[in-house]
Amino acid sequence: MLKPIRFIPPGTNFPFVPNRRIAFLFSALLVVGSVIALFTQGLNFGIDFRGGILMEIRTPGPSDVPTIRSTLSELGLGDVSIQEFGTETDVLIRIQRQDGDERAQLAAIEAVKAALGSEVDYRRTEFVGPTVGEELKEAGTLAVGLALISILLYIWFRFEWQFGVGAIIALSHDIISTIGLFALIQHEFNLATVAAVLTIAGYSINDTVVVFDRVRENLRKYKRMDLVELFNMSVNETLSRTTMTSLTTLLALLAIYFFGGAVLADFALAMIWGICIGTYSSIFIAVPILLYINLKRSEEDPTGVSVPQDERIGDS
Amino acid sequence: MLQFSPWKTTIVLLVCLLGLIYAAPNLLTADYSRDVPNFAPGKKVSLGLDLQGGSYLLLKVELDVVIDERLESITAAVRQDLRKEKIGYRGLGADNGAVRLTIRETGDIDKARGILEKLDPQTVVTVDDAGNASIVLTEQAAKDARSAAVQQSIEIVRRRIDETGVREPTIQRQGEDRILLQLPGVDDPERIKALLGQTAKMTFRLVDITASLANALAGRVPPGAQLLEAANAGPGQQSHYVVKRKIEVSGENLVDAQPTFQDGQPVVSFRFDTVGAKRFGTTTSENVSRPFAIVLDNKVISAPVIREPILGGTGIISGSFTVASANDLALLLRAGALPAPLVVLEERTVGPGLGADSIEAGKIASIIGLILVAGFMIVAYGLFGVFANIALIFNITLIVGALSALQATLTLPGIAGIVLTVGMAVDANVLIFERIREEILIGRSPMSAIDAGYKRALTTIIDSNLTTLFAAIFLYSFGSGPIKGFAVTLAIGIVTSMFTAVMVTRLMVVLWLRRRRPTAVPI
Repeated sequence: MLKPIRFIPPGTNFPFVPNRRIAFLFSALLVVGSVIALFTQGLNFGIDFRGGILMEIRTPGPSDVPTIRSTLSELGLGDVSIQEFGTETDVLIRIQRQDGDERAQLAAIEAVKAALGSEVDYRRTEFVGPTVGEELKEAGTLAVGLALISILLYIWFRFEWQFGVGAIIALSHDIISTIGLFALIQHEFNLATVAAVLTIAGYSINDTVVVFDRVRENLRKYKRMDLVELFNMSVNETLSRTTMTSLTTLLALLAIYFFGGAVLADFALAMIWGICIGTYSSIFIAVPILLYINLKRSEEDPTGVSVPQDERIGDS
Repeated sequence: MLQFSPWKTTIVLLVCLLGLIYAAPNLLTADYSRDVPNFAPGKKVSLGLDLQGGSYLLLKVELDVVIDERLESITAAVRQDLRKEKIGYRGLGADNGAVRLTIRETGDIDKARGILEKLDPQTVVTVDDAGNASIVLTEQAAKDARSAAVQQSIEIVRRRIDETGVREPTIQRQGEDRILLQLPGVDDPERIKALLGQTAKMTFRLVDITASLANALAGRVPPGAQLLEAANAGPGQQSHYVVKRKIEVSGENLVDAQPTFQDGQPVVSFRFDTVGAKRFGTTTSENVSRPFAIVLDNKVISAPVIREPILGGTGIISGSFTVASANDLALLLRAGALPAPLVVLEERTVGPGLGADSIEAGKIASIIGLILVAGFMIVAYGLFGVFANIALIFNITLIVGALSALQATLTLPGIAGIVLTVGMAVDANVLIFERIREEILIGRSPMSAIDAGYKRALTTIIDSNLTTLFAAIFLYSFGSGPIKGFAVTLAIGIVTSMFTAVMVTRLMVVLWLRRRRPTAVPI
């Protein structure tokens, strides 16, 4: 018979909550660093939001990037970025939004196609006009905002408000640091990245819910236990769950990152980061932060002995 | 919870079977999608343009032009009618959505108001005591005009696209003034963009021979005439023409246009309907030996001199055509004019090579993702991991089945959504299995531990999936194209995974418990 391996044996007891200050310091640096990167470097918005032209071409032999660069720079299209994409025959050309209306952008595409000739294979041509770029930016912001609000409302409805605050802080931490990562490494921030951020928002709350459920259960069970100890116990009891669920999802994402093609790689990268940081924040941020919020325990149990676990459905 | 009633078993099996039936056609090479009614099994997943290759174009109808043209024609009518009644006016013109003028004599105001109000029933006329008049379209009229223009544009776009031979184009109205075009298999949409970039309004008008071209170029265009550019003036050819505003015959009266040759040069032959033929006959009879301008989108294609009356209603347009441009002009004339210019707001074109590569990459990523996750589950949970993996296979089948049944579009991010769901689907099982382990640890019997595991993990599973579902829904409502595809597979995957991870694994566990009656749970 198959013998399952227990990656995290029962009785594991890492001092997560007692060492919370180290985690807080790390997270504070992460968030502050993200904000600084966001303001100094800014996001490298893709054409989805900025408007402009993106072309992916495949040349018959290995691409001669310098020649392509000099050919295109003669067209006077402003800022043109050229980079190898995935393989040595593929090149990604990004052309800044042209002055003037949509017609000017179309003229630029035609000019590039004329300059590069017919022996190159135009694998992908994307053009987003200024109008649509603005709309997509608005829609993206709105989608992230509304999704966050609905998730928060749900958490608020499911738990006492103190837990809601913990969840909000952890969730904001995850999202800010994901966006910060993209500002730092200057990878393109496009619609797919927004999709990743939204999915992270929906997914990273899962681990938090798992741990919070256990904290609530233990609060009822051990009425006299020191909160730091109780929180730490809850985190350790659910550690197997929070890490294993993240691991399975990470495995799937690694497959996308390495084998899903260049188009999806950045999406997968954002998700991988988001899931790691989401698990981290559930353990190191969401729970310890409850110590600083006025968490009310139900009336003192005079005996101080643990009461039997109740039969409430749904404490995982 | 472990009493799995027969009807529950039946439902679980039935859903899985339906999933299999709907998903099965995707294994076939042939495509019977067209022969199958809506929601019936037999359809394949429809691939997005990013996977099958093709061009996505978002067009905007410049509706202001429609209103402006309407106001222009009102302006012309005002000019004509006030002159007829000998009412003096100044400053007549259309701007900012209104025709404005000032009546010179205050005594004429009442009479003028009567005339202006009779011009067009769909307008609101205001004239103040100083004689300042404005005519605006009623809100309803403007709305109707815009709406009609978009409808008509869609029709013309469809005809033009059909003429190019693109197979199965999708042409949809989007929002108030936009048209969404999806052209499968088109990897170089330059010609289509060029065809859609012209309104192709053709008019036949007389050249104003009394006017001097030099004066007109200096800005002195005689009333009732217009200075127009030549469409493709070569060196040494006339670059501008002074053409009368009055339209003798318009392109609306054309019934056919074909590219052909005349003296070895590509030309376009055309044929009018009876009304057009009659007008064309009259005009050509009355203006023999005068130049006649053929105007397309306010540019003069050619201005031949009428040698003899043309009564048959057919003619030939010659210009500096190439074979291709004669072909395109004939196509445009056959399809008809657009009521307003179209602008491309967004284009996303994927060549067939990249599409095929993306499908290949998606397949590999899915298979590797599945193997990694399934392997991990077996290593971590043994026999129960196997149960979870069987459920996972059913989950993928159900996703593919649902996509086929709903005919939702599978895009590259959509494939990522499926792979992601593979990783997330087993999460529910992880939660259940971990709970079972805990229950065993506190000394429960296998039966009761498994029962409690499923019971207690359920709310957490629902919590986790609901929040991700919220994200998917918002993504769907605000995202565009390929990202919508991601939202769709993610949402479907969340729903199906809840079913398979909870119901399907439970059915398997129950069957296993009944058969083996184990004393210990191998988890």
